[in-house]
Amino acid sequence: MQEKVTRVKMEEVQRDGGPITVLRFAGDITSASNAAVLGTYQGIPESIKRILLDFSGVDYLNSSGIALIIQMMIAANKNGQTIQTFGLKPHFQKVFTMVGITKYTKLHPDEASACAAFS
Amino acid sequence: MDEHRSSIELRLPSRLGFEKVAMNTAASVARLMGFADDRVEDLKTAIAEACINAMEHGNKLDETLSVGVILSMKSDSLEVKVLDTGTGPQGHATAPDIDKKMHEEEEPRGMGMFLIESLVDEVEWVSSPPTGSYARMVIRLQAER
Repeated sequence: MQEKVTRVKMEEVQRDGGPITVLRFAGDITSASNAAVLGTYQGIPESIKRILLDFSGVDYLNSSGIALIIQMMIAANKNGQTIQTFGLKPHFQKVFTMVGITKYTKLHPDEASACAAFS
Repeated sequence: MDEHRSSIELRLPSRLGFEKVAMNTAASVARLMGFADDRVEDLKTAIAEACINAMEHGNKLDETLSVGVILSMKSDSLEVKVLDTGTGPQGHATAPDIDKKMHEEEEPRGMGMFLIESLVDEVEWVSSPPTGSYARMVIRLQAER
């Protein structure tokens, strides 16, 4: 059986204050998602300072996947980038809160409020 | 539900991804028992993490070794045992320190046991060498927390 693939689409949206790079994740985020999470992040130029994570399409996220998100946040922190998040299902919002990730990225109900939070 | 037919057993290969078989089976059972959606989600994460621990740490990802999962239905709770051939976890779950993780003073991984303990009503890790070890979790229809 093959693990369900993590799909990620990188987009740039224009908002007040400049461009925002959006990573739209779908499928599963697990230990098999290294390339999709960290590899995609590494493709974002360091000059980009505003990154939006869209988890709307994520069905399954385990602790190994959360660890990859934390690694991405560590790298972003070093590069002076800000990360906002939206689209997490309520259960995963609870899990993110339990492990403390919400100290470093806010969880927003939708894309509009997440983008507005950069300003 | 008939107490005499209240047990379901699975044997999974120690291959990451197969934890979803246990997770989805347990979710189906929990829904049949009348668990609320948020409790089903708690159970899914707890079982998935227990199976991943069993595959990675208990059976060292040796695909010739199985992870056993036993779901036992009671009138007011579901007990889940996840069995492997290892010696069981050393120590106990500690809450992740996100500041230490962000400052690379703590590994980004290692949150599985913490999540399990946080999401179910009862949990214990039992080591019974040489046969192996198991995690035993109980989730109640009416949460105590």
